[in-house]
Order: sequence, then C-alpha cells, then structure tokens
Amino acid sequence: MTEKYGIIASFPDTPSFFHAAEKVRDAGYKKWDTYSSFPVHGMPEAQGQARSKVPVFTFLGGITGFTVGLLMVWWMNAYDYPLIIRGQPFFSPVFPFPIMYELTILLAAFGTLGGMFITNLLPQHYSPLFNSDQFLEVSGDRLVIAIEARDGQYDAVATRQFLEEIGGTDIEEVSA
Amino acid sequence: MATTTQDSSMDATQAALLAKVQPTELHEQPLVTNNRDFNWVTDKICRIVETKTPTWWWICMAVALMTASFTGLGLLWLVSSGVGVWGLANPINWGWAIVNFVFWIGIGHAGTLISAVLCLLKQGWRTSINRAAEAMTIFAVVCAGIFPLFHVGRVWFAWWLFPIPNSNVIWPQFRSPLEWDVFAVSTYGTVSVLFWYMGMIPDLGVLRDRAVQRLNKGVYEGGSAIANKIAEGMDHFRKNFYAILAMGWRNAGNHWRNYEMAYLVLAGLSTPLVLSVHTIVSFDFALAVLPGWHTTIFPPYFVAGAIFSGFGMVLTLMLPLRALYGLHDLITQRHIDNMCKICLGTGSIVGYAYIMEFFIAWYGANPYESFAFINRAFGQYWWAYVMMFSCNVFTPQLFWFKKVRENAALVWIMSIFINVGMWFERFVITVTSLANDFLPTSWGYYSPTMVDILTFFGTFGLFSVLFLLFLRFLPLMPIAEVKFVMPEADPHGHRGDEKGDQH
Repeated sequence: MTEKYGIIASFPDTPSFFHAAEKVRDAGYKKWDTYSSFPVHGMPEAQGQARSKVPVFTFLGGITGFTVGLLMVWWMNAYDYPLIIRGQPFFSPVFPFPIMYELTILLAAFGTLGGMFITNLLPQHYSPLFNSDQFLEVSGDRLVIAIEARDGQYDAVATRQFLEEIGGTDIEEVSA
Repeated sequence: MATTTQDSSMDATQAALLAKVQPTELHEQPLVTNNRDFNWVTDKICRIVETKTPTWWWICMAVALMTASFTGLGLLWLVSSGVGVWGLANPINWGWAIVNFVFWIGIGHAGTLISAVLCLLKQGWRTSINRAAEAMTIFAVVCAGIFPLFHVGRVWFAWWLFPIPNSNVIWPQFRSPLEWDVFAVSTYGTVSVLFWYMGMIPDLGVLRDRAVQRLNKGVYEGGSAIANKIAEGMDHFRKNFYAILAMGWRNAGNHWRNYEMAYLVLAGLSTPLVLSVHTIVSFDFALAVLPGWHTTIFPPYFVAGAIFSGFGMVLTLMLPLRALYGLHDLITQRHIDNMCKICLGTGSIVGYAYIMEFFIAWYGANPYESFAFINRAFGQYWWAYVMMFSCNVFTPQLFWFKKVRENAALVWIMSIFINVGMWFERFVITVTSLANDFLPTSWGYYSPTMVDILTFFGTFGLFSVLFLLFLRFLPLMPIAEVKFVMPEADPHGHRGDEKGDQH
C-alpha cells in the first residue's frame, strides 16, 4: 500500500463549494484546504481561518525602512561627512522626509511580498496534489476540497463518505 | 444548487412606501459580457500566450526594435561625444531629457492608480485592465529612467546618486530634491515590479498547470512532425518557466487568504507612493527659486496631469489590443466609459490648474511671476502653449458625450492627443521658465538637436518591445481577478440566470 496524501472532492458551483467548506470546518478537520482558481469572498471565515499575518511583515519592513532612512541621512550628511549646503542645517527630520517616506514604502513592500511567501510557505518545490489530473483542472473551473491524511480525524473510508455527504463529486485519493 | 439568501421579509410600511415610490431597478452593466464562464476566461487569456505567435506580432516587434535602436544610437552618440550633442545651452540646461523623463514617469501613474487606488476603492472594473496597465507603468519607468541617467553627463558615475561608498568618501546630498527623486523613482519602479509580480503569481500557476495538462495528455497533432515536436518542446519550456515564476502556488484557500491580504496592503502602500512620486518630481521644479517653477500648486497639478496622461496611454494601448485579441467581452464599453470619464475628470483638474496658475501669478502681484506666465502663453513658445492647452483642456471635454465614448476609433485618436498634449505641458513648464528668466541679457531659445529627437523617438520603440514581450510571455489580464468579479464566483449564489452545465 502506497502512502496517501489525502482525499480530494470536487464541487459543482461556488455556493455549494462554500457551504461544503463550512461543513468541513464544523466537522472539526484541521489539515485540509479549499482550492479554487479565484479567491472566494468570505472563504477564510468559512474555513475557520484567522486573519492573515502578512501585515506584521509589512509593519516590520516599514519600520526598518523609516529608521534606515533617518539614520542613513543623519550619518552620511551630518556625522560622517558634513557638507555645508546653502547654510542649511546638517540634519533635521524635515528635509530627509521624502527619503524616509520612500524607504518606508520600499521595505514595507518587500516585507509584504516576503510575508506572503512566508505565511504561504512558498516557494514550494513539490506538492503531491499536482499528481492528480483532476486537481490540475482547478486552474480552469474546478472547485476542490482536499482533506489530508495527516489530519487526526482522517479515515480513508469515513472521510470519503463525509465528502460525499456534503455534496462532493469526483472523489479521488491522492498518493503522496 | 444556488440558494438565494435574499431577505424576503419586509414589513408593511416598507412595502407601502416602495409601492408608492416605485423604485426603478438599477441595472449594473456586467463586467464580463455574454455570460462567459470560468473556462472561457481562462482559455481566452491563456491562449494569447499559448498559441502560435501571430504575424502582426513579428511585424510590430521588428518595427519596435528598429525604433528602439534610435535610442541606442542616440545614447551611444551622446556618451561617445559628450552632452554637447543635445540642444542644451545656457540658460536652458533642462531640455528634452527632463521633459521626456517627466512625460514617461507621468504615463506610469495610471497603472498604479488602476491597480492600487481603484483596488482600495473596490472598483471591480479595474480587473481586466490592471495587469496591462501595471506593465505599462514598469516599462514607462524604464523609459523615464534613461533620461535623468544620461542627463547626469558622465553616466558611468551615475551610481554616485545612490548611497554607496565611493573612492571620494563623499555621500549623496540629501537636501536636494533631485536626490529625493532618485529615491522616489527607484522605489516606484521596484514596488511596481513587486506588485505586478505578486498579482501575476496565481496566473503564472494557471499557465504552468495548463502546460502540464497538455503534456500529460500528450496529444500534439495537427501539424508536421517537427511542428508537433516544437509545440511539445514549448510546453516543456512553459512548464518550467512558469513553474519557477509561480513559486509553487497551488490555489489553496490558505494561499488566497494571505495573498489577498498582501495585495490589499500593497495597494495601500502603492497609493501614497504614486502620489508621492509625482509630487517629488514636481519638487524638482517647485523647490527652485525660478518664476514659473516655484509654485505650491505643482504637486497636485502634476499628479492629476500624470493620471490624465497615464489613462490616455492606457486607452492608446488597450483599444488596439481589444480589437486584435477579440477581448470585447472582457474590456467592455463600461470599462472604456470609465476610463474616458477619468480622463475627463483629471483633464478638467489640469485645465483648472492652468487657469489657476494665471490667477496666482496675478494675485501674487509679483512682476516676475506674472511675466513668466504671460510669456508662457504669448511669448516665443506660444505654439507649445497652444498645443498643450488645446490637447489637454479641450480634448477631454468631448468625453462628456456618450456618442464620443462609444466610438472606439475616436477615443483612440483623442487618447493620442492627450499624450501629445501632456508632453507639451512638460515642455512648456521646463523650457519656457528657463528660456526667459530674470536677466534679459541671458535669454535664449532652445531647440532640440537630431540626437534629442531620435533618442526620444526611440523610447517609444523600447516601450513597445517590452510591451510586446509582455503580451507574448505573460498573462495579459489577471485571470483570478476577472473570475472574482463574475456572478459565478459569488458564494451566496446571487447570479442573474442559471446557465447550463458547467462541466
């Protein structure tokens, strides 16, 4: 017997897919996910997922950018090599504000993209789901729910039956 | 099993009121017309990349490459012989290079506006045009960047603009708006690329999966043996190329949750960014103590102008694409209407700013300021002012009329006028203020040289080369986002009519 990754089931339209996700959540499964080629409005709540942590990374990036901008201008123009320009002060928090502003946005943007990759555990080289021809159709219009074998509640027979009960079709076991 | 969750319970007073008022049904124009389904959308957008390269593409590419070579030759000429080959001469030391820089940077702004500001405002119609508009932004920034880079004179020292230690042990001078501009433009370019790339990840995943599907099926027929082999080879290339770029994206609900949050945050970051970029570009002028430049109206005026010119360029690009690829169900009349209306709105702000500048010059009671503005409109560069005013103020006013907005050919021609007008605006601001400054003895008249003209002309080729490559290798529209605004994607089943079997 080969190792199983889990069971996938397809759903005919977005409402049934959405409500099925709510039922999987209520049934107490933990290691499962929905798969659709577009974001479904309200799906995180239907899946019982918390708010995304991406903004934390944005904040860290932004605060780093702001501080780096501030310190860089002070260090370069007021400390390491002070230059007299038009009698202006060597440092003030006002004139380098555009620098701080732009660096805040730059590093916050990197933080956001990086945060998206980190929270999604990407890049990922391989996922057994792609071995299923049905799963590949998710990129078209197929709507799939996959319950993974590593879930504590997973049972090859009972889970399959459960997915059938909530309206799943084309149920397939995917090998790891 | 579409269940409607429409609330049917309504109390008696409400019902009586509704019977009396008799409200008309509000029909929102659909964003994807002709009842297309998900597979149609996926197919339509992916097949642009997956089918054989059309002949027109090769022709356009050849023309674009030849045009782009003018920029290459112009820059080669410049670097090998010195900045004297440009038409710059005292007192006009900011000529076409700066005009072109501001022109191209301005064009970029519509892309960010569509992708970020309209995203925050939850404007569903942005979906089918945002990818191409973002691509336009990035390529416009590339074209823009060339000019200040070479304008520094000794381009091999351009890296001194960045805070990198150099052998002179000297640092950039952060009190200069030109240095702020280095940061603003490079941040803008970088963040635009990040935003563009992140938005593309799900679609790159789609292209990857489709290549895998075709390879799994293994049916490559219809052509000669060699043609079939090439088709298969191309799919192997696509599988790997898009797999690397898609980073293992697999459309999971969890992916979408973080992706949507990241997208929203990036939109929130890009909005202040796009406003700051042209503000800082306007500081290049506004912080100089020169009549005609030294005005506080510049930041909002520049930003409005940038959005105006950018939407002009989006129309210039999207209308031919719509016709060439038959995208009428995705870029509908509603999209064109909205873009025209934004041109109308921002064009009117620009027109207001032109008039307000005169008012300020008069109200400020500064003779030099008054002279600068009267000279702008009636002095030696009156022809440029007329071009600017007629293209930017009068052209968009035609967009009040529905008949005009529905005539794609006319809209396209008007979008060209907007592009031309906005170039002249930058010319008027930059050159007229410098040509006639404080001392009449030092006045001059600026004319571009052939090198100036051809270098600028070539950037349109460069832009086209990049845009054509984008069309050929990357998804033109955000497939996921287009699907998201379709009634089928609604999890609560608010869909107009039930269509046939989806599978």
